Amino acid sequence: MADVSGPSKAAAGGGTAAPAAGLPAERKETGPAPTGSRPGPGPVTRLRRGLATHWYAWVMVAPVVTVIGVIVGWPLVRGLYLTFTDADESNVERRIGVNTIDASYEFVGLQNYVDVLTGGHFWDKLVWTVVWTVSCVVITFVIGLTLANMLNRKVRGRSLYRIALILPWAIPAFVSVFAWRMLYNERSGILNAALEGGGLSAMSWLTDPFWAKVSVIAVNVWLGVPFMLIAMLGALQSIPAEQYEAAEMDGATAWQRFWNITLPGVRSVSATVVLLSSIWTFNMFPVIFLLTGGGPVGSTDILVTEAFKLAFQRSPRDFAGSATWGVLILILLILFALVYRRALRQQGDKEGAW
Amino acid sequence: MATQSTVPADRTTGPAGSAAPAVAAGPAGGVSGGKRQRRRGERGPLASFGLHLGLLAGAFVALFPPFWLLVTSFKPRSESFSLSLTADFSFDNYQYVINETAFLTWFGNSLLIVVVTTFLAVFISSTTGYALSRFRFPGMRSLMWTLLITQMFPMAVLIVPLYNLMSRYGLLNQPVGLIVTYLTIAVPFCAWMMKGFFDTIPVSIDESGRVDGLSPFGTYWRLVLPLAKPGIAVTAFYSFVTAWAEVAYATAFLTGEQNLTLAGGLQTFVNQHTQDWHHMTAAAVLIAVPAALVFGYAQRHLQAGLTAGATKS
Repeated sequence: MADVSGPSKAAAGGGTAAPAAGLPAERKETGPAPTGSRPGPGPVTRLRRGLATHWYAWVMVAPVVTVIGVIVGWPLVRGLYLTFTDADESNVERRIGVNTIDASYEFVGLQNYVDVLTGGHFWDKLVWTVVWTVSCVVITFVIGLTLANMLNRKVRGRSLYRIALILPWAIPAFVSVFAWRMLYNERSGILNAALEGGGLSAMSWLTDPFWAKVSVIAVNVWLGVPFMLIAMLGALQSIPAEQYEAAEMDGATAWQRFWNITLPGVRSVSATVVLLSSIWTFNMFPVIFLLTGGGPVGSTDILVTEAFKLAFQRSPRDFAGSATWGVLILILLILFALVYRRALRQQGDKEGAW
Repeated sequence: MATQSTVPADRTTGPAGSAAPAVAAGPAGGVSGGKRQRRRGERGPLASFGLHLGLLAGAFVALFPPFWLLVTSFKPRSESFSLSLTADFSFDNYQYVINETAFLTWFGNSLLIVVVTTFLAVFISSTTGYALSRFRFPGMRSLMWTLLITQMFPMAVLIVPLYNLMSRYGLLNQPVGLIVTYLTIAVPFCAWMMKGFFDTIPVSIDESGRVDGLSPFGTYWRLVLPLAKPGIAVTAFYSFVTAWAEVAYATAFLTGEQNLTLAGGLQTFVNQHTQDWHHMTAAAVLIAVPAALVFGYAQRHLQAGLTAGATKS
């Protein structure tokens, strides 16, 4: 008992702390706890009673709480701090040879946020990021659900189709993106060859701002459909066949069956999958970074690629600005997830009960 | 179309009787006329045709880019963009990539980083998944939220502070640095997934263990963990795939040819300065094939794992 009380307290502290607060909150709670002899029986007794009943649960979650606190919480707090400074390439702590040059950036308050939010750049990127996310998720969902419906029947060669359709998932995304870059190649790619063969004119797939946007969305849909397909297939298979039988007895048409049985049946899985893939797409770095590099002239840059560029590709490297973008992106995502869950719950979804 | 419509005529005559052939002459008539007679679950030939057409189209789109990559990897540089399937077929590109570039080093780096990350993440997070699935304890709700929100973290929010911390402790260009970084993604994810899997294991098993005098840890270790092995495999597989394909951190934290992982290495073939598509395709195939094999092996469990994880969240 004695040997486990340390980690379990840390677990309790980290567990009850608000996510964004991370380390400081944990410190605050663990501070008095190890001494255990502080007067005032209220909190101590409560803690002791809590320990007696919950110590095993706390010990079990301790590794994750510790690890998240150290490698997520600490950088997060530092990142938040950076957003209130003017840190860039020239003034952060760095090493040249054996010499360490101390950080010399200064606290500038909310200046970074003011700059980002009053300039038009962030909002431009936000609009495109939303368009990108919505189109990718909607198209992927529709195609995924359609293909899942097709696969969820007795069809010859079903397992072969299934393997073929999930292949894009089996290949690392960065590899596939390079394959697509070859296909899109303006001068000699096979897509343009096919267009020209069909009597159409070649397209500037990756160098025209509009078509570059279409191209990145197409590639992301290609990458995302397999996941959607497998998730939806699982959901479809969990719908009891009796429901379809009964509906058919009652003379429901195929469309009515789809609308009244299939869609409600896949609802809860869809809700989760759409939330997940929205967040993934919103944060989808490799597709845009490797396919167009954000170009032409930044027209396909979404928020995360732009934040990455601010810190690692522009000169001077703007660490504070990039961190500010990162924090704003995180806030947007959390807001989105909250609104999404609330919307679901209002529709009577009980699964988000916790 | 004509051949398609003759098949149904034969089939519909069976149940429909002698009146059917006349109706089944046209394809449309064949479908609507045969509809009532068809047994449940069967479909008309036109629907079958459409189904196969749709699936074939999907399969074609899914297969073509990787297929073209494979085809191109056997062509010399001058033929990289030729439209023929083979042109001067040779393994030269592969020989070059393996012998003349740091490809094998990148591969080793990737393997080391990803295997260690996966192992650590699964090891660290399995007990948490169990605790979240079985116990109600103070702090549980906030832990769940923390896990969920951490998974939503855009890399943009952590990449700068992590970069600065790595730089301070000299971990840039080190596998350790990237392992720690990937754990920030893998640990919350694995804990969350594992909770879903433990949820699918009946609580009655725990109860029987407790009745027999096992401690909560004993129950977990001796009874539940062995049952959760498929779930653990899927979780490990997921975090493996995620780390294997990660680009942003790998690009930002690793420089210098010998330090790169595959995601960074592949970028060296085609960039502002070089356009070695022929070498890139060979390297891409060498990266994709093992990944696809691992995937193929694990994909049988995918669907079960996904729905377990998804519906229970």
